[in-house]
Amino acid sequence: MSAEPPALTVTGRSPAAAPAAHRRPSPPGVPLLEVSDLHVRFRRDGGQVLAVNGLSYTVSAGTTLAIIGESGSGKTVSARAVMGLLPATATVSGSIRFEGQELVGLPEEELRRRRGSDVAMIFQDPSRSLNPTMRVGAQVTEAIRAHLPLGRREARERAVELLRMVRLPSPERRYFQYPHQLSGGMRQRVMIAIALACYPKLLIADEPTTALDVTTEAQIMELLLELQQQLSMGLILISHDLGLAASYADEVIVMYAGRAVERAATRTLFARVRMPYTRALLDAVPRLERPPHSLLPVVEGQPPDLSRLPAGCPFAPRCPRADDLCRQAPQFEEHEPGHWWACWHPHGEGEEP
Amino acid sequence: MTAATDGAGAASPPAPGSALLEARHLVQEFELRNFGGGRGGVVHAVSDVSLEVRSGETLGLVGETGSGKTTLARTILQAPRPRSGQVIFRGVDLVGLRGRELLEARRHLQMVFQDPFGSLDPKWRVSEIVEEPLVAYGVGRRSERRRRVAELLDLVGLDPRRFGDRRPRELSGGQCQRVAIARALALSPALIVCDEAVSSLDVLIQAQVLNLFEQLRRELGLSYLFIAHDLALVKQVSDRVAVMYLGKLCEVGPAESIYREPLHPYTVALLASIPSPDPEVRRPRVADTIRGEPPSPTDPPSGCRFRTRCPRARERCALEEPPLRRLRPDHLVACHFPVSESGDREPVAAATAPDRPPEGSTPTP
Repeated sequence: MSAEPPALTVTGRSPAAAPAAHRRPSPPGVPLLEVSDLHVRFRRDGGQVLAVNGLSYTVSAGTTLAIIGESGSGKTVSARAVMGLLPATATVSGSIRFEGQELVGLPEEELRRRRGSDVAMIFQDPSRSLNPTMRVGAQVTEAIRAHLPLGRREARERAVELLRMVRLPSPERRYFQYPHQLSGGMRQRVMIAIALACYPKLLIADEPTTALDVTTEAQIMELLLELQQQLSMGLILISHDLGLAASYADEVIVMYAGRAVERAATRTLFARVRMPYTRALLDAVPRLERPPHSLLPVVEGQPPDLSRLPAGCPFAPRCPRADDLCRQAPQFEEHEPGHWWACWHPHGEGEEP
Repeated sequence: MTAATDGAGAASPPAPGSALLEARHLVQEFELRNFGGGRGGVVHAVSDVSLEVRSGETLGLVGETGSGKTTLARTILQAPRPRSGQVIFRGVDLVGLRGRELLEARRHLQMVFQDPFGSLDPKWRVSEIVEEPLVAYGVGRRSERRRRVAELLDLVGLDPRRFGDRRPRELSGGQCQRVAIARALALSPALIVCDEAVSSLDVLIQAQVLNLFEQLRRELGLSYLFIAHDLALVKQVSDRVAVMYLGKLCEVGPAESIYREPLHPYTVALLASIPSPDPEVRRPRVADTIRGEPPSPTDPPSGCRFRTRCPRARERCALEEPPLRRLRPDHLVACHFPVSESGDREPVAAATAPDRPPEGSTPTP
């Protein structure tokens, strides 16, 4: 048996020792991130696409919020709004407060300072987010020096330390390699190292494991959660995978057509799903318990065109429970303590639990 | 639906349960070149793989990125040809066929790919895309082909009048994949190879397309070789499942048996890695799965290829390559120390002797 795993060569220096040094202290009593009534519109062909439609949530330090939805549900756009990474065709309204400070309307200069140092993001496809012509070590060093007043050598030491922290096997050697010499999982580790370069207080992970194998997915998720604890970061996990949310998040928001349709603590949500869309998502996931060749319960149709949203509940045209009432938009409200949903006919009313 | 279109190539289908497609000792290798053209080693993509797809069944093929599952599928279709081995499809060895003969044999063997946009010509209309195989094989007259296209689009749940004149970019991912399926069905194949055919689709659309595959299987008596990395998804559609690692098969058996009582440590690890959509179920832990990265296929480990990441590996695993052997009815595993049926899934310490040690094996320390 070979003693392969250099993956576990986490040596001496505690990675948690360094972070506090150049992190600005957080003001007490203020949530880390508070998004309220966020709207994002895109101009397109003379019309408007309402990509995010009145989204509100908060994230505290050390907790994980999962935002779940299909393509086009607005989950990524809302996260990019927090990062200030939307194209010029986008109009953002509402409020995004980071430690109490309003980010909407901040000048680009100020946003850039925060991006990477206070808030960082990792993306779905690590091979497309890394520069293929630069050694990975240099890319980590670049991220460090962009925000911290460190010399070349210090930054480089720090970069190796970060690569070790994300458990890249033999970081001193990998430092000099190019992205194409690394596997998908290793590239994602490098991305995480870059995101953590300045020990951000909030990390947004946009489908961080979708391009990876299941075994690698477990490794990366475990790493993310561990680092989150070490650095007591807030984590926003954006995914289409309810399984990932159930396994790793404290709170879950389900989005459909730009709106939040259900939100609750993870256990509450999965114990009592209320919104028919969430139910449909859960039912459509193939599970090991199901016998082979069984048909999955499906809802037909497609998500609505965001430039021509129907009046009323956006899910109504596909919803098995929809009726006339659904032509008016249901309010997204806290119907039970800690459990929000937007539906006139939620599951669990007038039926056996 | 067969009458007008099946034409000449329609031999009577084999009896249910007999082998429709049989791969025997398939080997596929690619030579790497360094800058300047020097030899840079050989990628052992598929190494001596034998499997069969029986008539009317779905065989699922799972494995990580780089395990060789896509290469295996392409090798079966003779694109590219294997280094060695045989592919017996409906009683004929495809490896020996050339030109027209191969085309004729391959009309009953179609493929659906992962990327629905990339596999459709963006300039063609939907009806042209679906008609193309019929034209290529000279099936029917124009009016007959038109009728057949409408029939096929109907079959995959697209209204021919609404979608026939559209181009791929005017369709969603799920609709594109339906078009690709309609194209694959055009020549009434006996077997469809689906290479991650639903992996890029959203959950609800994925469920729709999975149900479509299922419904087509029931209506047309199709067989599938269904390749995916998602084990739960493969379980959903498969009668039998084959697990592949670094160019070799680890385990082949009935879907239920593999998922209930996996024998190979790699299968156990894959199963333990799936996050459950139920927060009461413990989250996957790396300790239960496998560490590290798969080794390079240019330099696979000696003996068992999984041994470098295997919690049960011992000396023998490096010295001797485990053959695929039958441990349960129809259930084969390639492992010296398979996970026993008593639910013993703890690593090395608890590992017991193999269920049936081959004669002459050295006692383990």
